[in-house]
Amino acid sequence: MTITPRPAPPRSAEPPVLTGSGAVLKSLELLGVEDVFGLPGGAIIPFYDELMQQSAIRHILVRHEQGAGHAAEGYAAATGRVGVCIATSGPGATNLVTAIADAYMDSVPMVAITGQVFSHLMGTDAFQEADITGITMPITKHSFQVKRAADVPAAIQAAFHVASSGRPGPVLVDITKDAQQESAPFVWPDRVDLPGYRPVTKAHGKQITAAAQLLAASQRPLLYVGGGVIRAKASAELREFAEATGAPVVTTLMARGAFPDSHPQHLGMPGMHGSVPAVLAFQECDLIVALGARFDDRVTGKVAEFAPGAKVVHVDVDPAEISKIRAADVPIVGDVRDVLSDLSIAFQELAASDRPDLTDWWERLQGLQERFPLGFSEPTDGKLSPQHVISRIGELTGPEGVYAAGVGQHQMWAAQFIKYERPNAWLNSGGAGTMGYAVPAAMGAKVAEPERVVWAIDGDGCFQMTNQELATCALNDIPIKVAVINNSSLGMVRQWQNLFYEGRYSFTDLETGDDARMIPDFVKLGEAYGCLSIRVTKPEEIDPAIALALETNDRPVVIDFIVSKDSMVWPMVPQGVSNSFVQYAKDHSPVWEEE
Amino acid sequence: MSTHVLSLLVEDKPGLLTRVAGLFARRGFNIESLAVGKTEVPGLSRITVVVDVEDLPLEQVTKQLNKLVNVVKIVELEPAQSVQREHMLVKVKVDNATRSQILEAATLFRARVVDVTTDALVVEVTGDSSKCQALLRLLEPYGIKEIAQSGLLAIGRGGKSISERVLKA
Repeated sequence: MTITPRPAPPRSAEPPVLTGSGAVLKSLELLGVEDVFGLPGGAIIPFYDELMQQSAIRHILVRHEQGAGHAAEGYAAATGRVGVCIATSGPGATNLVTAIADAYMDSVPMVAITGQVFSHLMGTDAFQEADITGITMPITKHSFQVKRAADVPAAIQAAFHVASSGRPGPVLVDITKDAQQESAPFVWPDRVDLPGYRPVTKAHGKQITAAAQLLAASQRPLLYVGGGVIRAKASAELREFAEATGAPVVTTLMARGAFPDSHPQHLGMPGMHGSVPAVLAFQECDLIVALGARFDDRVTGKVAEFAPGAKVVHVDVDPAEISKIRAADVPIVGDVRDVLSDLSIAFQELAASDRPDLTDWWERLQGLQERFPLGFSEPTDGKLSPQHVISRIGELTGPEGVYAAGVGQHQMWAAQFIKYERPNAWLNSGGAGTMGYAVPAAMGAKVAEPERVVWAIDGDGCFQMTNQELATCALNDIPIKVAVINNSSLGMVRQWQNLFYEGRYSFTDLETGDDARMIPDFVKLGEAYGCLSIRVTKPEEIDPAIALALETNDRPVVIDFIVSKDSMVWPMVPQGVSNSFVQYAKDHSPVWEEE
Repeated sequence: MSTHVLSLLVEDKPGLLTRVAGLFARRGFNIESLAVGKTEVPGLSRITVVVDVEDLPLEQVTKQLNKLVNVVKIVELEPAQSVQREHMLVKVKVDNATRSQILEAATLFRARVVDVTTDALVVEVTGDSSKCQALLRLLEPYGIKEIAQSGLLAIGRGGKSISERVLKA
């Protein structure tokens, strides 16, 4: 992924003199930034003062800086463009930390700009001072501390370059108040000067050949597709490659949509809550071709027993991911999009004479698909089935919609039961598992793509963490739709307490359901924020409520779906256990079946 | 565990040392010694790190270090292909009876006495790790009052330089 900066302004005799604040704005404009999310404070007032006097960049005023961070993430995840969030020093900056950590884990291209106290006050414990570059060092791809106005253009340019190239990630630019106020000639560098930063994007030809040979010899190959395929915009190349090889495909939580769910070669999502065919395909395959995936513990289960018979081709733009968890037989460092094109050609040359016969492999996998389809059973407590609600949202909205989820049961169901046909349609917090991601991420996506229907599929726990951004949505004409999958509890924790802690429900009851004290009442809350708010308690109300949400575009919508707290996410590979022991349960009171 | 000497060519930027040290701590790798200084190229510094890890985690350390934007180059310096030196200052207790013995020991080690008082001597020694340790063992019975020791410094043998190919690119 690369950014294409607009051509530099013509070098007249003298470069224009701008304040540091003006230089930030000019730099953002030159980089093609159109929307930013932020909230002002003392140390960034000079920037905001100039921000209001221009019109090239739209600023969305959030209600909490974490919202700005996740909105920038949602913006980036929906489009592949760099998301931008802005905060003041101290607590403003630390409120961004969760979103920055989230972007780091999920390789989201994001630039965070923070104000800093005057440079002469730094290190004195000044009011609202925090060492934000220090705090975020472990969770940023890189960061810049700017103390002089003259350094602004190069820092912003480099920040965008680092955030969006190679393996994308968050970059922080911390700018002191004096650097924002002072003036300096605005000099836009001809090129980014980072001698220690040269991501490898073109893979080694020898490695491509070696990978193609393994694939041509494989009887039971598996394409293990990760989020890198989406970040690299490689879906078309993936499809071509998959169809050329005829190999089965699994898409991880981060890669949902990278390969169409409707495609016959797609086995679904692997991992802790993956489909049985996808999970067992790993255990039985003889070759894994990992594409922009990182062998996360939620995918591998117990690593020592993961894919025992498989050789590994590992393609990643980040060399440090290769052989980090599982040793690769053929490591390929490169941009997965280029690599897939090269691999398709190399494989077809080899396979022209001798095509591997995958009939037995497919017979086995199709058998698994027939025996263990994704399913759920209706709850017995009279409440709605969350899986059904989420399925209907997907079916009535269609594949052109954008779906942002929070973290927990509803996230897994949204990953399982919505059919994704295109990349960038599914936004979620995969690596960090950040509750509260959905509403602000959906807001960011809707700002980026106003023509699309954008859903936040949220839990009653998650929704209470970031719902203040509904005010932002209502006031700025960002009509997102929020489906609160309200089971009146921290559902995923409750599921683990049920399964692994003998039903001791320690502090997971949130009392938001209609048979509890219902605090808060999400319908009243939504109304207070100027949203169309609907409560759905009966199955026959589900479709009309979704239809009404879909036709309402003059304000945000909140639907409070009262669902059963006993519904669980299945299948499941318990933590630390081999994938071979994936448990498949059709009933909400689990039937433990050993494979 | 086995000891490896890594030489890092880095951009001389604020916070660089924190980035490097923090990475070691975060990923659970132990730094045995660390030495930082300027190089022949303005703007570039050199960090010599001694780490105690097996080969596979070492590969992970190197890859993670390479991801730091300000790290320009990393090489592992094998003992046979490099010159490796530590620098140590040792303050030893002395009296009239022991002074001459200690001076003699220092001479044998090609160490220098850099400070003399009636009750103590400061001995300066440069060498590889085993030489410094051997001198310490010899001085121990006299009573070591204080030690200051540098991190290991290392440089490759032969005509090549670590910064050569970096600067051409």
